[in-house]
Amino acid sequence: MKWSVGFVTLVMAAMLLSIALPGTEVPAQSQQRVRVGMPIPLTGFVAESAQEMVEGFKLYLEQSGQRLGGMAVDLRIEDTEAQPQMALTKMRKLVEQDKVDLVVGYYLAFEGYAVRDYVHKNKVPLFLPVVAADDLTQRKRSPYIVRMIWTSSQPNHPFGDYAYKKLGYRRMVTVGADYAFGWENVGGFQRTFELAGGKIVQKIWAPVGTNDYGPYIAQIRRDADAVYVLLVGSDIPRFFKQYQEFGLKGKIPLIGGNAVTDEDVLRAMGTETEGVLTSHTYAATFSRPENQRFVNAFRTRYKKDPNYPAEAMYTAALWLDRALKIAGSPKDPLRLVGAVKRVDLRDAPRGPLKLDAYNNPIETVLIRKVVKGSKGMQNEVIDTIPNVSQFWTFDPVTYLKGPAYTRTFPPCQYCEK
Amino acid sequence: MMLFWAVSVLNGLAFGSLLFLLSSGFTLAFGMMRVINVAHGSFYLLGAYVALSLMRVTGIFALALVGGATVVMMLGLLSQQLALKRIYSNQLAQVLFTMGLAFALGDVLLVLWGGNPQVMAPPPSIGGSVAIGPIVFPKYRLFVMAAGLVVAAALHVLLSRTRLGMAVRASVDDEEMAQGVGLNTEALFMIMFGLAAFLAGLGGALGAPFIGAARGIDFEVLPLTLVVVILGGLGSLEGALAGSLFVGVVDSLGKAAFPELSYFTLFAPMAIVLAVRPTGLLGRR
Repeated sequence: MKWSVGFVTLVMAAMLLSIALPGTEVPAQSQQRVRVGMPIPLTGFVAESAQEMVEGFKLYLEQSGQRLGGMAVDLRIEDTEAQPQMALTKMRKLVEQDKVDLVVGYYLAFEGYAVRDYVHKNKVPLFLPVVAADDLTQRKRSPYIVRMIWTSSQPNHPFGDYAYKKLGYRRMVTVGADYAFGWENVGGFQRTFELAGGKIVQKIWAPVGTNDYGPYIAQIRRDADAVYVLLVGSDIPRFFKQYQEFGLKGKIPLIGGNAVTDEDVLRAMGTETEGVLTSHTYAATFSRPENQRFVNAFRTRYKKDPNYPAEAMYTAALWLDRALKIAGSPKDPLRLVGAVKRVDLRDAPRGPLKLDAYNNPIETVLIRKVVKGSKGMQNEVIDTIPNVSQFWTFDPVTYLKGPAYTRTFPPCQYCEK
Repeated sequence: MMLFWAVSVLNGLAFGSLLFLLSSGFTLAFGMMRVINVAHGSFYLLGAYVALSLMRVTGIFALALVGGATVVMMLGLLSQQLALKRIYSNQLAQVLFTMGLAFALGDVLLVLWGGNPQVMAPPPSIGGSVAIGPIVFPKYRLFVMAAGLVVAAALHVLLSRTRLGMAVRASVDDEEMAQGVGLNTEALFMIMFGLAAFLAGLGGALGAPFIGAARGIDFEVLPLTLVVVILGGLGSLEGALAGSLFVGVVDSLGKAAFPELSYFTLFAPMAIVLAVRPTGLLGRR
């Protein structure tokens, strides 16, 4: 009988163990997971536009069976409320509490600057498909940060030149959002416009979240050849609307920095935006077959045209998918970043992308004009400028020795009082 | 240059008219019951959102205005009846209660209307712009100015020419005596707080096509209201009118002339007035 007692004990012990320690088996390789942190300003003044970042990323995941690099994706989305301190708080939460392997997200320049030091110190691989803050891949670059889109000034360098040479403007007024993103856009434009021979005769700065542009529009010099505008989020439609209400539309041509005629802005707007020229690297109407495939998929899924953050996040997912395949595991930050650099992205929707030595893409800049389409206002691509780097035609080393674009640089040497 | 000043002043007057709707309600509630309503900005935002939705669904502008104001009035009456009434003599409790109400309402609005800032389209008849000589000015802003003046006139008549107004003034001056001669001060307080909330809601509804509705606007307009009310004199309707127009114009010109100093140009006059006249421009006590 001795053996039977031993047998029963054994069976019972096995049963107990199986209850007490479920799932202790070692996971198979194919079950490796990648934890992705995604901080996005889902509320606040860019909420509408930023929401489409999530949609773009999720569209790619749906197409890839919720996997990146063959690994199941654990997606943690956090709302940064469009505030820098919240951007940092949410980064800390994702890294320290959720233990994410990588972070991809953010929208605003100041969000990027707010988390830069933390990310660098804690070796968090951070991918920025939308944040354009110049210095994150220039004077404050970090081996852990890869930008997957232009710097703020990048599409503006060719545009300043274009405004003088092709559009024939000589005296211009700028209206910019009064923070890093606005300064860098306006600064980039001013630099090449004035190098070409043009004069910026007035620079107007309006705080982010300005409800009433009346006081600013009232100041615009009526003798300028054109007005360059760069605002963000919900400020943009207000400005266009009020520019028309105050009777300037049709009198002084309006051109703008990259995102002011983004698809999500145009959806809510009428003819106020007609004829506005902008430089950007994306347009939903861009005829590239890879883009049309993406646009059709996006339209089917969300019943609207994608804006550039949607495309940027879709491309970021594609990019990370390929990089994770190369890296094999998401656990080593520098190996992951190294893999991201090696990915071939000739077939991204918006055009061929490759990183420069500073972790910033070199891409094609599109000059776009707002026209009335069959379903409302849309961006028509009227010109393309290939291979634009963040340093334009300047030498990177000399460029980086100069100051960053700020509220007062380049100085307004032709401003008239 | 003349053009610039003219447009800026007009802009300031339009914004000031909007501020008047807000500050008149605030100052009425304070004058009557010594209630400092921290939720006043939230009342404004609620009015804006309700008007936006009503306009979107029905397309009737008048309905949007009245609806927005009425919903806010109901909320005002409710909070007055359920809570404020019990803590009239306790100012700290009042501030805490209305502050809590403001935060709670902010979150409720976020859930109901989402995080996207929204702007209401004005009806076509008062959309677009008019040319006054060389000045091109949005029609809707002129409409807001007119609305502000109408409300100011109506409030003036209500308080100085009607029996209700007389009773209100009597209760403000000496509550015990007013009760002694048979006035129902409790009912009066309720009416006035409802009216204050109604005005805040109306301000929100009128402001919806002007500055729009978005998370955070509640706490953007509250300090402006406080500046106006303190500048004009707490509890004084005329003070609120003068203060609103003054702050509107100073804010507009300040933003245009010294954009870096826009808060300075807004708060410096208030500090100076308080130093010279602690009761505000037209305050009585």
